[in-house]
Amino acid sequence: MDILQITILGVLASILYILLKEVHASIAFLIILITGIVIFFSIIQQIQLIFETIQRLGDQANVQGLYLTTILKIIGISYIAEIGAHLTKDAGLNSVSKYIELAGKIFILLLAVPIITAVIEAIIGFIPNV
Amino acid sequence: MFVDALILFQIAGIGIIVALIHTILKQMGKEEIAQFATLIGFILVLLIVVNGLSDLFQQIRSVFLF
Repeated sequence: MDILQITILGVLASILYILLKEVHASIAFLIILITGIVIFFSIIQQIQLIFETIQRLGDQANVQGLYLTTILKIIGISYIAEIGAHLTKDAGLNSVSKYIELAGKIFILLLAVPIITAVIEAIIGFIPNV
Repeated sequence: MFVDALILFQIAGIGIIVALIHTILKQMGKEEIAQFATLIGFILVLLIVVNGLSDLFQQIRSVFLF
């Protein structure tokens, strides 16, 4: 999808939101939600293309599959956490959005544990035994 | 893209019509029926949105290799 179309969609959604906010607040919130879904849907196909390219390059450079998968999963978690945090913030639940962001950070750290372990083991391997 | 914008208009239309029905029923003095109309409109919109959300999460799952 074109960037122009996404922008027009956003403007349209905000107009409809302002229109509906007075008469029906809950449906106005669902309009925000569906706008985010539609825009993300159009982005995710492009993301898929980029990821296929990254994976092909990684295969050519003989990068271990575990590392690439971990990185892609981390990016996915951050996108999902971002969506949830922004939605809850729009609904006026600032604390819940903070909790969602915290959960995203924790899960990312959890996924990165094997990589961190590998790095620390490599560093320990450099240190000569006394 | 056109279909996507259509969903937006659909939801906005449902919202406006439900608000209209609510106002008319309230003027007629039938508060309970007005509440039910609002509830059913909300459920209809929620159905559309939840379907879209589930599609999005499936797509994210397949793209980010979960």
